[in-house]
Amino acid sequence: MPVPQQPDLTALPSSSSAQRAAAVLVGSGTSGATVDDGQVLRRRLPLSFWISAVFLAIIVLAAVTADWLPFVDPVEDYDPQALAAGPSGEHLFGTTSNGNDVLSIVVQGARTSLIVGLFAVALGFFFGGLLGLVAGYFRGWFDTVISAVIDILLAFPALVLALAIVSFKGPSLTVVTITLGILAIPAVARVARAATLQYASREFVLAARTLGASHKRVIFREVLPNVVIPMAAVSLVAVAVVMVAESGLAFLGAGVPADTPSWGSLMKLGQGQLDKGAAHICLFPAAALFITVYSLNTIGDTLRQRFDVGRGVL
Amino acid sequence: MAGSGTAPLRDPDVALLRVEHLTVEFPAGRGRRVHAVSDVSFDVYPGETLGLVGESGCGKSTTGRAIMQISRPTGGSVKLAGREIVGTTGEALRQIRPEMQMIFQDPISSLNPRRRVGDIVAQPLEIWHRGDAEARTAKVRELLGAVGLDPDTAMGRRPHQFSGGQCQRISIARALALEPTLLICDEPVSALDVSVQAQILNLLEDMKARYGLTMIFIAHDLAVVKNVSDRVAVMYLGKLCEIAPPDELYRNPAHPYTRALLSAIPIPDPTVRPRRREGVAGEIPSPLAPPSGCRFRTRCPRTTSRCETEEPAMTAAGDGHFVACHHPVVEPAPVAG
Amino acid sequence: MNSPSTRSSRPAPVSLGPPDPTLPLLEVDGLATHFLTERGMVKAVDGVTFSLRPGQTLGVVGESGSGKTILARSIMGLLPPRNVTRTGTVRFAGHDLTAMSERELAHVRGREIAMIFQDPMTSLNPVLRVGRQITESVRHHLGMSAKAARAWGTELLDMVGIPAPGLRMDDYPHELSGGMRQRVTIAIALACEPKLIIADEPTTALDVTVQAQILDLLQELQASQGMALILVTHDLGVVAGRTDDIAVMYAGKIVEHAPTPALFAQMRHPYTEALLRSIPKLDDASHTRLETIPGRPPDLVAPPPGCRFAPRCMLVQDRCRTELPELTAGGGSGHRYRCFYPVGTEIGEAARARNEAGATPAAASASTASAPRSSMASRVSTASESDGSRGH
Repeated sequence: MPVPQQPDLTALPSSSSAQRAAAVLVGSGTSGATVDDGQVLRRRLPLSFWISAVFLAIIVLAAVTADWLPFVDPVEDYDPQALAAGPSGEHLFGTTSNGNDVLSIVVQGARTSLIVGLFAVALGFFFGGLLGLVAGYFRGWFDTVISAVIDILLAFPALVLALAIVSFKGPSLTVVTITLGILAIPAVARVARAATLQYASREFVLAARTLGASHKRVIFREVLPNVVIPMAAVSLVAVAVVMVAESGLAFLGAGVPADTPSWGSLMKLGQGQLDKGAAHICLFPAAALFITVYSLNTIGDTLRQRFDVGRGVL
Repeated sequence: MAGSGTAPLRDPDVALLRVEHLTVEFPAGRGRRVHAVSDVSFDVYPGETLGLVGESGCGKSTTGRAIMQISRPTGGSVKLAGREIVGTTGEALRQIRPEMQMIFQDPISSLNPRRRVGDIVAQPLEIWHRGDAEARTAKVRELLGAVGLDPDTAMGRRPHQFSGGQCQRISIARALALEPTLLICDEPVSALDVSVQAQILNLLEDMKARYGLTMIFIAHDLAVVKNVSDRVAVMYLGKLCEIAPPDELYRNPAHPYTRALLSAIPIPDPTVRPRRREGVAGEIPSPLAPPSGCRFRTRCPRTTSRCETEEPAMTAAGDGHFVACHHPVVEPAPVAG
Repeated sequence: MNSPSTRSSRPAPVSLGPPDPTLPLLEVDGLATHFLTERGMVKAVDGVTFSLRPGQTLGVVGESGSGKTILARSIMGLLPPRNVTRTGTVRFAGHDLTAMSERELAHVRGREIAMIFQDPMTSLNPVLRVGRQITESVRHHLGMSAKAARAWGTELLDMVGIPAPGLRMDDYPHELSGGMRQRVTIAIALACEPKLIIADEPTTALDVTVQAQILDLLQELQASQGMALILVTHDLGVVAGRTDDIAVMYAGKIVEHAPTPALFAQMRHPYTEALLRSIPKLDDASHTRLETIPGRPPDLVAPPPGCRFAPRCMLVQDRCRTELPELTAGGGSGHRYRCFYPVGTEIGEAARARNEAGATPAAASASTASAPRSSMASRVSTASESDGSRGH
């Protein structure tokens, strides 16, 4: 008996749109059954994906292990001998105008950014996914209401809303996370709803209904496994957006409390030193943010293309 | 065509399925309605295969879905083994579901791309908590074997690893898992190549014999319908035109639309030159505003003023042969032979 | 159908001059189109040779993955820009299309050779009015004035049987029914009065009564305009009554090519015979068991070394598995087939008898196996060969 062959995502050379076109041409010769060419052709992940994954892994690893790494405390320890000093053997990323170690703050700030990004998006993923699934599956008045709310929330200037909530509730890690999480809900909900619409009209969903499956079962066992992929792809991008927003809030002074290290507040600190020959204070957190966001976007895009959910969904 | 009436109905105590005055309408905005199925009546005896044939937009698929209660009928009655199922909802409807199953046109779209074939076929058994895991696996293996797939290789794979014909086999296995009495096949071979089509048609015949099925076979291809059916009903624009045993229908089509359909079939034999068309000018009218009287009158070569005002009722035109036409054709069709 | 007898707006004669009826209009010689994919080279069209006289109708018949659509597109040069190799020659009215630049080809396409596709909805531009789409090519190719082009377009719509053509010129494609749209694509194809029309499954998306109308229309127009027509289809019924010649394709090759009456009178290739037998016939009684073709078409990346059909053939002999038969003439009247043991010949029937007598090759046991949706899908082909082999 031949062993069932699993799709091997890495075994084949990379492809191009021309090859996919060729596949469509070859496959389309007929009245025959439809060819899901996205599934038929396997593609190797591009190099940019791997570079991004490595960058992201380094940043996540640094954030997680920061406490065990031989870094000085970014707040308590300061070096009065080196105020706003450039990178050196002792301070790889230099120091702030208060003499704090920039590398330490960047690493600890990564932790803040990741915590806010991941938890906020987890919130958006859960509630947005649920709303999108239910709205896309049942349609009707519920869908109309949800879609209207999503559109309104997406149209509202997010940063202004976040600023308002944070200044009203007071800056704390929890408040910032929940605020940004609420802002992530409509983005995920919209994607989940669009993907649900696409799959809920497929005949396997109809088949499940005629087999006597409950709506709950159909939504979670049949639709969700298909919808979760575009949701995950958009969530990765959402993490990036939330991290930028978090830094933005901190930069505006409305982010996490001042004693929590953050890329945004570090950039704000460095802003005043930009014209005094100490650009590194801004440069390093900005670079860390840039690399993280770029990596998340690249990985999200790759996944979206891989599963061919980009069309009409986003 | 545009025929109504219950003349074709037979003994209600024998019929497994009895559809009376079935009507399905969809709102189309601005107060308009799509008249998808209008006052259709037929029945199916146990072990029989009813072929439902017509062109796109004739309401044949909607009829199938209305029987399954996927598209809710706006009127009429559907009785399965004497039980009324129009109007049942929730758990009562769910309890009826295992009795009737459906196979769809698109074999790829009928299977969840993210689940393994073994799970897909086991799904109905799980929903109904039939047997333990071991018994379910045994049943899945039996079903996959019955539809001509090797259970050992098939169970662990996902649908995209199979061809269209194989996916349709998997759909059939899933539909049979609950041992339904009625199987509705909605264009099950339209998306397949001819050589694969023959395999699936043979398989359906085998499954019908093996599991004692009663079938409704919906298709646009008259030759395919003839091959599998014991009775054939022709639909046009939401109405039944004609219903008869296949040999009778194909030899003596009485409805002008049936004749038009038959004469349009391309025959794979060059000695049969394509006949002059039997009056199928124009195209199907909009189901939003179907013609008055007989719905076929706008394209019918035999139409008179009576067809405009009076809807023809189903009347007997032979043994088990019913036609809804004011001016049925009596001479044999040019097609047979 | 209106006969286009008075045609003031008819376009000027085209550049290549009138075809010589004694010379072939189209000569395809050893045409091969291979796609480079991740799995290897897909030999979608693999050495196709045929010719077409002016005004002749050729039916190209095949199932999914037989290469018939790629063949049609290869003739036109409508292939993806990369990862494709096309070899062999396509001579049209004496000009080698394969040697032409894209720019030169653009003058041939639409003007000398026109194509009609399966789905009229996707081959029409949804945001342009019908009139604009019909007149575009005559204005471009023939330099007609806007006014003359519109008059000609209206005449074309009338010719393809569209009622109130003057009004329909201003419709968008979505305002027309499927049958009307296909009539529009035919009108577009006819606009420059091409010498050859390639119709790729022109009626597959249409209902049977509309299909009959469209096929009748194509036939009438072809006769009245003296065009040659290549009708690509999966349906032997569609080509039976309407073509001069039929070429049956299997796995990228023509396996049988004959004048239509000769082909149906005496099918020589076992695949052609099996294909015809698998179609349900109206004349057969209900519940007649259909004959099927066992197994599935070969993987076009690694086709079998011998005859492409050998693994599924009921007449297969050892020689078929190792040696590829040539497309050779037999039985006169231009009947050609690619088979060592042709159906209906002494050696062929002897081979069938031998196989039926017992020592049947693998094929016969796989009576219910199913074909793949396309050759591209056959990644699990080795494992899948056995998928369908149980049961009956």
